[in-house]
Amino acid sequence: MPLPRLIPCLDVAGGRVVKGVRFRELRDVGDPVELGAAYSKGGADELVFLDISASVEEKASAVGVASLVAEQVTIPFTFGGGIRTVDDAIALLEAGADKISVNSAALARPALIEELARALGNQAVVVAIDTENGRVRSHSATRDVERGTLEWARECEQRGAGELLVTSIDRDGTQNGYDLEQLAGLRDAVSLPVIASGGAGNARHVAEALEVSQAALLASILHEDPKRLVALREELRGLGVPLRNAA
Amino acid sequence: MTTVAIARYGAGNVRSVELAVRRLGAEVVDDLEKAGLAVLPGVGSARSAMDGLGGAADVLRERHAAGRPILGICLGLQLALDGTEEDGGVAGLGLVPGRAVRLQDERVPRIGWAPVEPGGEVYWFAHSYEAETEATTATSEGHAAIVEHGSFVGVQFHPEKSGAAGARFLKACLSRA
Repeated sequence: MPLPRLIPCLDVAGGRVVKGVRFRELRDVGDPVELGAAYSKGGADELVFLDISASVEEKASAVGVASLVAEQVTIPFTFGGGIRTVDDAIALLEAGADKISVNSAALARPALIEELARALGNQAVVVAIDTENGRVRSHSATRDVERGTLEWARECEQRGAGELLVTSIDRDGTQNGYDLEQLAGLRDAVSLPVIASGGAGNARHVAEALEVSQAALLASILHEDPKRLVALREELRGLGVPLRNAA
Repeated sequence: MTTVAIARYGAGNVRSVELAVRRLGAEVVDDLEKAGLAVLPGVGSARSAMDGLGGAADVLRERHAAGRPILGICLGLQLALDGTEEDGGVAGLGLVPGRAVRLQDERVPRIGWAPVEPGGEVYWFAHSYEAETEATTATSEGHAAIVEHGSFVGVQFHPEKSGAAGARFLKACLSRA
C-alpha cells in the first residue's frame, strides 16, 4: 500500500482562503496559492480546496484559483464545491487539478459519478460523504437524505468513484478524535481508498485514523498555519507513522 | 534548450506536464515529430485516449522506430504496450511488448506516494491498471514503475506531481533528450 497521506484542507470563497464559524461570519485568512505552496513545503502529501462560495459569481473563480495553484504547487490537489456537470470537472482538471470532489450533486443524481468516471478516469473522482450516526447528510450537512452511509459508500464504488472523503459531522471541529468505528466500517464495506475527516485534535487522533484509513484530511487542527503541519508530521513520525520524506 | 511536445488526446491534465517541463527550462512546442522529447501523458480512459490520439499514434511509432526519445506517463505508459484489459480490451501503440492488466491490490485505485526500487525515490501514483512487461526496469511495491524499451521510457507514477523527486526525474529525461 502507498504511504499514509496527510491532506490539508483549505476552504475558499471568492478566490480567497476563508475560515468559517458554523458556515457564517467568513473571515479572510489568506491567499490559496501562497498557503497551498507553504503547506506543500511543510510536507503535505496532497491538498484539498473546498469552494464554499455562496454566489454563482464567486464560484466562477474556482477555475482561476486551480490554475494559479497548479503554477506554484507540484503535489497533487483536489478541487471540490459546486461541481454539477462533467464540463465543470473537466475545466478544473484542465486548469491543473488532479481530482475533483462531489457531494450533494452526486446524491441528487448518482449517475453523475459514472459520467465523471468515464470522462476523467476513476482515480480523479472523489465522492465526499458527510455522515452522522451512520446516515448520510447533504447540503453542507443540513439535510438527511434517507441513506445509510455504508450503503451509499458501496453505491459510489459501484458507480466508479476512485476515493471516498468521509467527514463525521458530529466530530467535525470538536477535536475529540475521528469516528474510528465508522471508518472501520467503511474500510470493510469498500475497497476504495478512504480519506478520513472530522475530529482531529492531536497527533494520536491522526495516527489512529491512519490505521483504518489511507489518508487524513486536516482542517481545524492546522489553523491555516503550515508550521503546525511540520510539527504534526514530526509527532506522527515519533508515533511510528511512516510518512513521506518530502525533500 | 530542450523542446518538448505533448501528445494531446482529450480532457485532462496536460497543463501540469507543461508547467513542470517549463519550470525546468524546456520549451513546449506543438510538433510531436521534431521536438527533442515527445510526452504521452496520462489522461482519462484507454479507449477514449487511443481514439483521441488519431494521427499522433503513427508519429509516435515513427519516433520510436527512429530511436528518438518518448516519455509515457501513467496511462501514457500503458498505451505504449501491445494492449490493455481496460474498457473490455483496447489495442495499444505496440511500442513496448506487454499488456496492461487490472491491479489486484487490496485498495484500487492505488493512490498515493510510494517508493520506487532501485533508488528508493518516492513518487505520486494514481492508477487502476499496471504494465506487465519484460521491459520493466524499476518497481514499486511489486508493480512496474519504470519501463524502458529502445527510446521509450514509461513511468507509472506522475513525475509532474511528485514534488522535488519528480522534478529530478524529469530533469534527467530532458537532459537525455
